[in-house]
Amino acid sequence: MSARLTTDQFKQLLAQRILVLDGAMGTMIQNFQLQEADYRGTEFADWPSDLKGNNDLLVLTKPEVILSIHRQYLEAGADILETNSFNATTIAMADYDMSHLAARINREAARLARQACDEFTAKNPAKPRFVAGILGPTNRTASISPDVNDPGYRNVSFDQLVAAYTEATHALIEGGADLIMLETIFDTLNAKAAAFAVLQVFDELGYKLPVMISGTITDASGRTLSGQTTEAFYHSLAHVEPVSFGLNCALGPDLLRPYVETMATIAECATSVHPNAGLPNEFGEYDLNATDMAAEIRDWANNNFINIVGGCCGTTPEHIRVIADVVADLPPRLPKPVSHSFNLAGLEAFSLEW
Amino acid sequence: MQQQARFINIGERTNVTGSARFKKLIMDGKFEAALDVARQQVENGAQIIDINMDEAMLDSKAAMVRYLNLLASEPDIARVPIMVDSSKWEVIEAALKCIQGKAVVNSISLKEGEAPFIQQAKLLRRYGAAVVVMAFDEVGQADTKVRKVEICQRAYKILVEKIGFPPQDIIFDPNIFAVATGIEEHNNYAVDFIEATREIKRLCPHAKISGGVSNVSFSFRGNDPVREAIHSVFLYHAIKAGMDMGIVNAGQLAVYDDIPELLKDRVEDVVLNRRPDATERLLEIAAQFNGKGTVAVKEDDAWRSWPVAKRLEHALVKGITDFIDQDTEEARLSVERPLHVIEGPLMDGMNVVGDLFGEGKMFLPQVVKSARVMKKAVAYLQPYIEAEKAGSGATTQGKVLMATVKGDVHDIGKNIVGVVLQCNNYEVIDLGVMVPCATLLQKAKELNVDVIGLSGLITPSLDEMVHVAKEMTRLGFTIPLLIGGATTSKAHTAIKIAPHYAHGVVYVPNASRSVSVVQSLISAELKPDYLARVQDEYVRVIEQHQRSRKHEEMLTLEQARANRFPLDLQKVAPAPRQPGVHVWQDVDLAVLRDYIDWTPFFLTWQLSGKFPAILNHAEVGMEARRVYQDANAMLDRMIAERKVTGRAVFGLFPANSDGDDIIVWTDESRTAERCRLFNLRQQVALRNKAPNCSLADFIAPVESGISDYIGAFAVSTGFGADEFAAEFAKAHDDYNSIMVKALADRLAEALAEYLHMKVRKEYWGYAANEQLDNEQLIREAYQGIRPAPGYPACPEHTEKGTLFSLLDAEAQIGMLLTESYAMWPGAAVSGWYLAHPDSKYFAVSKIGEDQLSEYAAKKGWSRSEAETWLAPNLR
Repeated sequence: MSARLTTDQFKQLLAQRILVLDGAMGTMIQNFQLQEADYRGTEFADWPSDLKGNNDLLVLTKPEVILSIHRQYLEAGADILETNSFNATTIAMADYDMSHLAARINREAARLARQACDEFTAKNPAKPRFVAGILGPTNRTASISPDVNDPGYRNVSFDQLVAAYTEATHALIEGGADLIMLETIFDTLNAKAAAFAVLQVFDELGYKLPVMISGTITDASGRTLSGQTTEAFYHSLAHVEPVSFGLNCALGPDLLRPYVETMATIAECATSVHPNAGLPNEFGEYDLNATDMAAEIRDWANNNFINIVGGCCGTTPEHIRVIADVVADLPPRLPKPVSHSFNLAGLEAFSLEW
Repeated sequence: MQQQARFINIGERTNVTGSARFKKLIMDGKFEAALDVARQQVENGAQIIDINMDEAMLDSKAAMVRYLNLLASEPDIARVPIMVDSSKWEVIEAALKCIQGKAVVNSISLKEGEAPFIQQAKLLRRYGAAVVVMAFDEVGQADTKVRKVEICQRAYKILVEKIGFPPQDIIFDPNIFAVATGIEEHNNYAVDFIEATREIKRLCPHAKISGGVSNVSFSFRGNDPVREAIHSVFLYHAIKAGMDMGIVNAGQLAVYDDIPELLKDRVEDVVLNRRPDATERLLEIAAQFNGKGTVAVKEDDAWRSWPVAKRLEHALVKGITDFIDQDTEEARLSVERPLHVIEGPLMDGMNVVGDLFGEGKMFLPQVVKSARVMKKAVAYLQPYIEAEKAGSGATTQGKVLMATVKGDVHDIGKNIVGVVLQCNNYEVIDLGVMVPCATLLQKAKELNVDVIGLSGLITPSLDEMVHVAKEMTRLGFTIPLLIGGATTSKAHTAIKIAPHYAHGVVYVPNASRSVSVVQSLISAELKPDYLARVQDEYVRVIEQHQRSRKHEEMLTLEQARANRFPLDLQKVAPAPRQPGVHVWQDVDLAVLRDYIDWTPFFLTWQLSGKFPAILNHAEVGMEARRVYQDANAMLDRMIAERKVTGRAVFGLFPANSDGDDIIVWTDESRTAERCRLFNLRQQVALRNKAPNCSLADFIAPVESGISDYIGAFAVSTGFGADEFAAEFAKAHDDYNSIMVKALADRLAEALAEYLHMKVRKEYWGYAANEQLDNEQLIREAYQGIRPAPGYPACPEHTEKGTLFSLLDAEAQIGMLLTESYAMWPGAAVSGWYLAHPDSKYFAVSKIGEDQLSEYAAKKGWSRSEAETWLAPNLR
């Protein structure tokens, strides 16, 4: 494949058009109706715990399924594929006693996405496709106590998170990721640890990949799970100097809109959004259809809110196809010019007015 | 509140060094209640909260982490950003690992040079924090405008140009110091800050200015209305000059326009240094705005016009010797007998000093300076008193006989106690160091003293104290015995000494307590009651001790050995680059200076707090700065005039362990033993079955066939120190006499630290690439240890004899051992070098009967000899 993607190259592309991310992986996997035995494959046939639902493991046991989903999204017009590694940290994999496989899964997840992207870029070099190596939030929170009786207690430390993310980042890059994306951030401290690890890995390697950051506003309170507003979240991670800042998951495009607008107002870099296909219905299914979702997103593009857009839970290649269509002719947002304003953050942002 | 429109209030109360209430809550572990302090700050309008846990008696890192984690679940507090305030990098880093928001770190500086500064700034950026940079460089803290600007500009260039730190995230603290202190050089401090602010803002685009505002009015503590007026006026001008934020008590800021015209005008004279008599004029009117508080007395010539008794009092309280002969003479001419000057105005003045000290309004270094004034005055009167043949001397409150016991040479603490007692009108007879019991008790009889005070630093001195107590009983003494010194304790006194003497054995934890203890013991009315209370306390201590012992399960020596520390033989350090013995005959003290660990120095003066934060401590900061300044001036002299010499002898030898022993071989053939180092092994059952260590565990065993090594060292910077200190003592200047010894001690520790570094990087060379700053050295962040015989990992003192003969320390550099194995000169450090990366410090603690007899057999001791030398490790 071509030379490594630099932040500057990626920025140039972002200045030309709105880029499209892929959509949900979980929803697509469900369509394959995989059973416990499929998840296990031969390698883990005797694994002591249940493995059904360990979607990241499929990069080892059912790589053809993952590869097929990647291809469908590329076919639909996605510029950027997200690796199937959302839970592939030593911390999250501990649920399956599979911490030792975390690096291997990341490497393999990146390799599969790399393979799919390379196929499509080769077919149409005018539309290069990129692999975003995904670092998920883990299933623990560094700034919230899991014990209601002891609010000072933590079940994961910054250092543990840094160690886990360091391993995952190395593996994603080895597997061929073009970008690193911190995604579905519901506790900013977890993300700070992830960012710390990523920057440290870049130092070790002697080169950098573009970084994307995407947080999750959990409900209509407009805050992350750990209590931060969109602005506070932005200022707390701005030191990472990512190529894009954005929001994903939890809400559909309608409820997410005010926060997308906020992000577009403050971000001194590109913005990204990949909302859910609405809120889940009583069966846990997402039923916002592609056309309705694309209508909202077209409006965002018209208002210059976005540079990168895609889908999260419940979205399908159909959603991505329609979204890619509606944004194809619309100009990307211009990032806010870099200023020297002074900002700090607690749960809320603190900005100096002078 | 117009002045505050462009000003960020940083809440200052969540600071253990600034708020007594917050400190107490934290020290008592009442973290939940301590959250209310933060909540009030936010409710009062603090836009950022400064959190500081730098307190010597606190695990600052743990307290910071706990507090921040609790705070994170309080949305009404956690909504504002946090300023992490610590002088300890590890505390800062631990804090940043708990904060999801974008915080400010307060502070880093160029104090230790550019390398650590850059490293820390890079890491802060990676944690996503803004930073306060203190105007402090390798030379010191900036006080003038020029220095403030120069340092800040230099720091700015490094941060912005070298590492790309965003300029808007840099906040300079150009140091706010107290004005109106009475010291002329301080008068321009506020102006220096304000002018520096203006200039820094001009030269460093987007950078911010902050500072600790309450420092500026420190001289007016006790007078809050005046302080608030000073803050308000200061901020009014500083904000106009570009100050962006400050650490303030958000609930207490006077409105500039509401300050009464007269007060505002005079405060402005002070803050802006508009006239030479500004301080005096503010003092004139300060009281009328207060009503309650006392205002610090100012030093200028006005006091020279006061009545002579008042002048003497002032000189005593302020420690001014300039006019003491002249004033004493005037007083002498005004009374009938020269003795009356002592009994009258001088004693009255010292009583004021004693009261102020008792109330915590004066600090130890000031008291010692007062004593210097007193001694000078008495020395002046002495010939007149002699001439008059006044017969029975001055009527002091009582006589105290003091001594450092036989075999021990440490006397700094004892000298301080002596001075404090003298200040309180006790006659102190100091027999010095290494005083044999017989001499001590003979003098006590001869001089008919009221109290005996014993001091000692090394553990064998504890036994000598027991001996003195037994002898006092045998010789029929009835006067009380005081026990003090670093290794003494209430428990040891209660359990080991007190049972041997029935007329009062009292443990004195520090100099400030000595006065009340002696007072209670000398008064016939108070004494019985007091001794009864001490006895009750001892009974309690003994019970507690026995209770705690029950929880201690002992292993047999065999079991302990089976649980030895498992050494990773893959990681044994390489052979030394320069084996054999090396001698440094005249160490450059100027180099050592940078390796001084200042925190214990301040503790010597009973100023507790971590250096350098202590220099800005709300209560003791000013005094700490003064002592620090005096110390540096004295160091300048000691170095320039070559008053003391530093020497070191050290060696690196082939060695292997053999059971609990370490064999030092004659040469690399490893066939002949040069000597054998005997070590004790931990025998208490440790939690989680942690290994029962012996130093031998960190050296490759002889049967492994691996070539391992051990180092030995002995250093002292005390050559000449006693003589130099004596020069001052002779001139009645205890302050500088104590200062010299305290500094010699610090230099010896610094030499040990420096030498260890040289050994790691060059002579042994196993850590050739190590790069550590002084703080990291003090934290022992390096590979390998240097345990000292007599300290917890190898507590048995006679091993120092083996160490000294191995190095031939006496012939090489003239260091000696006393019969108790104390080193001479006193400012000395000796020990072993162990290089294995897993080697660590531990405490041998209690050993069992089996180990006692085995160790005695190895050393060729009788049972009673063994019990003497191993006393601290026996039940």
